[in-house]
Amino acid sequence: MTTSRRSFSLTLGALAAFASLTSMTAAQAADTIKVGILHSLSGTMAISETVLKDTALMTIAEINAKGGVLGKQLEPVVVDPASNWPLFAEKARQLITQDKVAVTFGCWTSVSRKSVLPVYEELNSLLFYPVQYEGEELSKNVFYTGAAPNQQAIPAVEYLMSKDGGGAKRFVLLGTDYVYPRTTNKILRSFLHSKGITDADIMEEYTPFGHSDYQSIIAKIKKFASEGKKTAVVSTINGDSNVPFYKELGNQGLKATDVPVVAFSVGEEELRGVDTKPLVGNLAAWNYFMSIKNPTNAAFIKEWSDYAKKANLPSKDKPLTNDPMEATYIGIHMWAQAVEKAKSTDTDKVIAAMAGQTFKAPGGFVSTMDPKNHHLHKPVFIGEIKPDGQFNVVWKTPGPIKAQPWSPYIPEDKGKKDEPEKK
Amino acid sequence: MRRLTLRSALIALAAVFGTVAAPAWALDAAQARAIAVGDGDARIAALQDAVARADPGLATFAQALLDDAVKTTATGVFIVHDDKAVDAATGQPAKLPDDAEDVSNNNRMRGALETALSGLRLLSPELPVRAKAISELSSAAADPALLPVVEKAFASETDVKLKGQLGRLRAAVQIASPDRAKRLQAIDDLSHSGEPTVRALLQSRLAADAETDPELRTALTHAIVQVEGRLAWGERLGVLFTGISLGSILLLVALGLAITYGLMGVINMAHGELMMIGAYTTWGVQNLFRHFAPGLFDAYIVLAVPASFLVAAAVGAILERGVIRFLYGRPLETLLATWGISLVLMQLVRSIFGAQNVEVENPSWMSGGIAVTSNLTLPYNRLAIIAFAAIVLVGTWLLISRTRLGLFVRGVTQNRRMASCTGIDTVRIDTLAFALGAGIAGMAGCALSQVGNVGPDLGQSYIVDSFMVVVLGGVGQLAGTVLAALGLGLMNKVLEGVAGAVLAKIFVLIFIVVFIQKRPQGLFALKGRSAES
Repeated sequence: MTTSRRSFSLTLGALAAFASLTSMTAAQAADTIKVGILHSLSGTMAISETVLKDTALMTIAEINAKGGVLGKQLEPVVVDPASNWPLFAEKARQLITQDKVAVTFGCWTSVSRKSVLPVYEELNSLLFYPVQYEGEELSKNVFYTGAAPNQQAIPAVEYLMSKDGGGAKRFVLLGTDYVYPRTTNKILRSFLHSKGITDADIMEEYTPFGHSDYQSIIAKIKKFASEGKKTAVVSTINGDSNVPFYKELGNQGLKATDVPVVAFSVGEEELRGVDTKPLVGNLAAWNYFMSIKNPTNAAFIKEWSDYAKKANLPSKDKPLTNDPMEATYIGIHMWAQAVEKAKSTDTDKVIAAMAGQTFKAPGGFVSTMDPKNHHLHKPVFIGEIKPDGQFNVVWKTPGPIKAQPWSPYIPEDKGKKDEPEKK
Repeated sequence: MRRLTLRSALIALAAVFGTVAAPAWALDAAQARAIAVGDGDARIAALQDAVARADPGLATFAQALLDDAVKTTATGVFIVHDDKAVDAATGQPAKLPDDAEDVSNNNRMRGALETALSGLRLLSPELPVRAKAISELSSAAADPALLPVVEKAFASETDVKLKGQLGRLRAAVQIASPDRAKRLQAIDDLSHSGEPTVRALLQSRLAADAETDPELRTALTHAIVQVEGRLAWGERLGVLFTGISLGSILLLVALGLAITYGLMGVINMAHGELMMIGAYTTWGVQNLFRHFAPGLFDAYIVLAVPASFLVAAAVGAILERGVIRFLYGRPLETLLATWGISLVLMQLVRSIFGAQNVEVENPSWMSGGIAVTSNLTLPYNRLAIIAFAAIVLVGTWLLISRTRLGLFVRGVTQNRRMASCTGIDTVRIDTLAFALGAGIAGMAGCALSQVGNVGPDLGQSYIVDSFMVVVLGGVGQLAGTVLAALGLGLMNKVLEGVAGAVLAKIFVLIFIVVFIQKRPQGLFALKGRSAES
């Protein structure tokens, strides 16, 4: 409802601003720091990304209430790239060159990040990317506040192979057909090889974006699982396809005690529209769960619930928090801290100031920005779906883990430096 | 929510009766504690120990653990239902201490608990309970700890069929026995099974150094062939069913178009959006039920079907009156105009209801499925949609071929002037026919809301499919549409099994391109003068 109307009025506003006196816009620009928010508010990814837009707005409001950054208020500029990858690049360029934002918080799918990356590098602007991804990338202009494969995928598979995880010996790698699942599965396949699992015991399947008929895939999984050895499914399905996938899983009676499914892109928000009772016991690996109990998280959930009520979000009756929301929250706060430290919003100064920033994250640990590789040190949690759609943490790392953007399981990565090439 | 509380109330009731009926709570505090807290291995060992003793207190306790209703403190173990706590060891009501913590169970623990519960039910005096327990155990992996209970149940079982199944359960454990004769007997027993788990078990025995006796290895190979023969049928039927299920969805989405495009010749690019309107109507009706008649929630679909028909038909009639009637006979303009309309409708829905998907909850009777064979489950929502598609098809066919309106529609589409001469109000018939096509699209949307996501661009993903079906089937032919829908559905699913979802889609599109090249009129062609004009 709000998206298109907002972007429409935004364009109108921009036009009006251009048409009217330039002195007025200049005066306004002096009072605020503009911050871009680049998340799909429509299309197949809207299910996951819309809340990130709202989280960003909430965090910005929180920072503004405490006096803003460098004494200035932050002014969010929201655009809707509509799950359309080339449009991401256009909107990013618009944010940087027209709206003159100091930083952008945005993207979910890796294909959208790959699409905007050249824009940020060309115009030397900053992007904070809040979602777990496949690694194999290290740009000077991007800060990755989500997990790298060694902070999510690898520990999850290790857990599945452990005794408590069911001792899986056969794996189905199921994903949406784009760069993140393909690369993650490449890393996982090589990791599984290193653990002595042969190609005969690995099945790889892909579906298009927005796929909604999972009947034959689930039948295939059932067949694969009945050919000997304990089987587990590793799902990198993204977007709203997850709803029909989990519905079908429940309807076909594939239980987690027989064939557990561990998902890397399914959190509290994605399960909102699904009857979770048949899915109890299926897993997700993240760096944060809403069910984690600690005072920082309680405050974060309360802040979000209050914001959802105040902003009259559709989710206000059942406000949920999830991992990418936490990553967005951490990212914005760290950026604000870095700007305060650098006393400037200049891209290069902020990048220098970001190194080693710390923030007490709702996940219960202090997240640290690596001094070199632009990734956060994060803890890893593995949770099982509970009947109420929340996750029960069954395994966690003792503390935060350093990210390895270049996976040791990909041979070509050998010798790559753990910091951006360009300076 | 409401169902949930009802369910927990029932469980609580069962628990209360359980405490009354059970002779004594044989689990003592230490045993309950050993099952509830500690490291996974130790807990499972304690649980299996209790199962082997067929402990009468275990069933209630294990069920409570499965329901996440158990809390522990440093000294006590409590079962909590609806804020009322009972001591797990004594069964007496107790006050829950403030520092009580939830017991958390992972998959492995939950699997062990379920197995334990089924194991206990093997000794139930009720035949259906025993049958259910046996089938639950046969679909899970064999658990050596259950052998004593299974032996006991086997000895006391009177029903011949169940006794056979119990024998196979026992065999699944004994296949690893050091005694050669027992192993041979086990392989023989298992060769009569049709369970996917049994195949897995037999195959794992063949692997590496599990079974070394050459004679037994041959027996194993034979047994696997027998079991696979049974399983193959389930798999074939499964592909057939998914194909029919996809075909029924294609049929539903194409049926409306078969009227507006097939009979009337209007290239309606807004067909998908009419489906989207039907799906949103379903969502609206569902919300009304949730607010005003939550008790009848499961029946909302009964009202949603006619509502989605009427709303989509009304929108269709407005479109026809407002735009399309000025464009008859000009296919290119119609195409552009209806495409524009589709964009307008999508944006309208986005502005009113938001760009995010809306949540349509299935009625509870549509969740789950029936297990036909051990490896073939037919989900209820798919079955319902197949039935619904058949009903809509028969209804449409009757309407077109048996009613006066249908006669008029056919007359007008075949020869407009002649129909007009005989006194048919052709303008009115055009509107009615278009509204009918739109209404059927609306009902298709209602069906789609039960299997997929409902969002403003729902129609976009089906518009190509629906044109594909109508063109392939032959324009103007209901029978062609039916055959094309089922054919494409089956073809897609068979290919998906071989080549994966992405390639299957590509192959189907290539097939259609080639087919239309060779036979532009589709599967069925109208014969006669009207077709040539």
